[in-house]
Amino acid sequence: MASSNKSSTGETSTPPAIELRGISKAFGPVQANKDISLAVAKGTIHGIIGENGAGKSTLMSILYGFYQADKGEILIDGTAVRIADSQAAIDKGIGMVHQHFMLVENFTVLENIILGAEGGNILNSALANARSELERLEREYALEVDPDAVIEELPVGLQQRVEILKALYRGADILILDEPTGVLTPAEADHLFRILLQLKEQGKTIILITHKLREIMAITDTVSVMRRGEMVATRTTADTSVEELAELMVGRRVLLRVEKGAAKPGGVKLSVKGLTVEDGRKVTMVDNVSFDVRAGEIVGIAGVAGNGQSELLQAIAGIRRAKAGTVILDDAPVDLSGSAGGGTLRERGLAHVPEDRHHMGLVLPFEENENSILGYQDQKVYLNGPLLDIDAIRTDARKKIEQYDIRPPDCRLKTANFSGGNQQKIVLAREMERDPVVLLVGQPTRGVDVGAIEFIHKRIIEMRDQGKAILLVSVELDEIRSLSDRILVMFAGRIVGERTPEATEGELGLLMAGIQDGPDGKDEAA
Amino acid sequence: MKHQLPKWVDYGLIPLLNLITAFLVAGLVVLLVGENPLEAAYLLVRGAFGYGGGIGYTLFYATNFIFTGLSVAVAIHCGLFNIGSEGQAYVGGIGVAAACLALDHYVPWYVTFPFAVLGAAAFGAAWAFIPAWLQAKRGSHVVITTIMFNFIASALMIYLLVEVFKPAGSMAPETRTFESGGQLPKLDWLFELFGTSLGGAPFNISFLLALLACWAVWLLIWRTRLGYEIRTTGINPTAAVYAGIPQVRTIVIAMLISGALAGMMGLNPIMGDQYRLQESFPAGAGFVGIAVSLMGRNHPVGIIFAAILFGMLWQGGAELAFDMPKISRDMIVVIQGLVILFAGALEHMYRPALAGFFNRRDHRTDSSAVPGTGEAG
Repeated sequence: MASSNKSSTGETSTPPAIELRGISKAFGPVQANKDISLAVAKGTIHGIIGENGAGKSTLMSILYGFYQADKGEILIDGTAVRIADSQAAIDKGIGMVHQHFMLVENFTVLENIILGAEGGNILNSALANARSELERLEREYALEVDPDAVIEELPVGLQQRVEILKALYRGADILILDEPTGVLTPAEADHLFRILLQLKEQGKTIILITHKLREIMAITDTVSVMRRGEMVATRTTADTSVEELAELMVGRRVLLRVEKGAAKPGGVKLSVKGLTVEDGRKVTMVDNVSFDVRAGEIVGIAGVAGNGQSELLQAIAGIRRAKAGTVILDDAPVDLSGSAGGGTLRERGLAHVPEDRHHMGLVLPFEENENSILGYQDQKVYLNGPLLDIDAIRTDARKKIEQYDIRPPDCRLKTANFSGGNQQKIVLAREMERDPVVLLVGQPTRGVDVGAIEFIHKRIIEMRDQGKAILLVSVELDEIRSLSDRILVMFAGRIVGERTPEATEGELGLLMAGIQDGPDGKDEAA
Repeated sequence: MKHQLPKWVDYGLIPLLNLITAFLVAGLVVLLVGENPLEAAYLLVRGAFGYGGGIGYTLFYATNFIFTGLSVAVAIHCGLFNIGSEGQAYVGGIGVAAACLALDHYVPWYVTFPFAVLGAAAFGAAWAFIPAWLQAKRGSHVVITTIMFNFIASALMIYLLVEVFKPAGSMAPETRTFESGGQLPKLDWLFELFGTSLGGAPFNISFLLALLACWAVWLLIWRTRLGYEIRTTGINPTAAVYAGIPQVRTIVIAMLISGALAGMMGLNPIMGDQYRLQESFPAGAGFVGIAVSLMGRNHPVGIIFAAILFGMLWQGGAELAFDMPKISRDMIVVIQGLVILFAGALEHMYRPALAGFFNRRDHRTDSSAVPGTGEAG
């Protein structure tokens, strides 16, 4: 993708579109931002990368008026400004596209666009004005979207486009995008990048926050790296490399590619046949899905979020009712009524790292050691009659903290006070250290920093090499490709194809988008 | 992480500030009716703690509130707001009365007592069972059903008192007075230990049972598997499903325990004071239990302190109304209401300001010391 025709030239006379000088911000004892300085030239795309908790979001929240900096100043087009709240940010031409869309789901596109800019109690004139303005914006930036469509009926990529339009409608000259590709298919992400390049051509300044190094390389002109609240480096993208950026982010050399030997598959440990699952509204989420997972192999399920992977995983784990089908775990059937869950399946050797650790895998207000037995609370080693054996639980928790290098190493600390990566390690340690037969892993590295990702991937491979049957669900295509021995692609509740990890990203991307026949006409035999 | 406060602030300073605010506003009310608020405060505290009998009454009321406070707390740990402690306590009275009426002629109090305890717990739990079952199985909201069950309890008890328990010839809707086998001994020896006298106060050994119940609830919630399952269900029901915790069972058991604790409240006034089952004997203790539990942060130790505070308001308030005729019984209810308002409903009023203060202070003190420690965001 073309990126650098006028990258680092135009900053001779014109002041930078946005400049931060010595920004610091602390939350209690946590120094989220420390003396950060940054200048972004007008009409460029600037990337900001860093691990979770590096302070990227805090910095952008300061820029958008959610927080006030303790120290430092912000300059827009060379003049110092004070951004008291998000309205002030909008007035100064800063627009933000949040990671989690700030849209009202059952409003139309147009109604969402004018939200917060209604300009009076009677909406008719505002809607009419917005409609014509929207048409102009769509023409100018090639951002087509039906103004009368209801948000919840639009695909995620289009919803994001509405967010961008919303910012432009408010006259944004500086656009901040926070992890914009997390929910997009590869094709949608490419489309987004084309839009961003177009916006750049029109003179807009764009700040892209991400932890995906490849995106930085593909689209930005300059890039800044944050680590532990500090801005550790700023580079011209053309002069740097993925390896250098990763090292700057983590502070040490990182293995980006997982090293693994060939799989030695054994007998079938998990067999799914004709599994069909409906959600609460009787919509079929998993549609007649069949596959096997053998001992000593990792089967990856690729797909855009919301195509039935979550429901599939939960049905196999016995916590969601299946409408039809069978699941055989280690030669004996699993009760698919959805109430079996927990105890019995765990005793039979099914470990489950849930996709959403905050809502399912952990009880955040609990102490770390209490979470280290979640789901295993009826195992005899943790009990002393009806009482919990607190000593045994804490000893066990401390052992796992050491094995998994969970930080801070305090088993009495509230789980909510651990970082995302360490929370994930708490879940992994709990599920993996029990010698399971089958391991279900959902989104093992979502919201986890690069250093921890490396560790988690290594552990999963180790588990495979110990002969565990592993079913991996992830929306990160890179993760699926680098860990899996076989890849199943899910689309609209069905498995639409099986590929080897050597399959190209484009091929998988097309399958994920529901296009059965690849461009080269390769067809899948069931 | 943003609003984390030192423990002593959370559990000491904030409740204290809330209480001071409540008394300041109550003082304004006293001023409005034309009395001296300082004198009123003095009379209230003296009435509650100034002499042996006052303390005895304060602790007698506190005993009621400990039971109902624990009842509310156990349900809250399971994510249930049990507003029905009042009705459960009322129905629990049947169990106490039944044991006493059956045994008081034949055996001493210490034989009757265990049966009365079991009876109170069983009837209280039974009254909580239907709302619990409806919540767990059908999703009928426990707040609504328990409120309605308070009214049903009230009607049921009047019927039972008039038609079943009332001795022939009596005009009052109450049981006969129990013999000594249905009367709990007072804790006058405890007061004599401190060189004071209980006077006529009905402070009795059910207070010790209340303290025992506090310990048992602590053990249950934080040290048993059941308590672990109750807390998981209460904080994160999705995680409870994931962990294989049977939700219906956990909800029903938590409500049964809650109802049993409420039912045991009846021991104190029935067996320890009036020696008979009377109409409306809980007298609002079930509702005070909500405030006590909230103020005590749903922890048994906090509940003991909060219960004593409300015992003080009850006893001191009664004396205040007696000494200052301008301050009527209703005024006392206003003052109690203010305490509930500031300590319970407006619990978080001072929190943001305090969090800001402590954050700034911490920032100043350790920004130069160890900035590298905190990246857990």
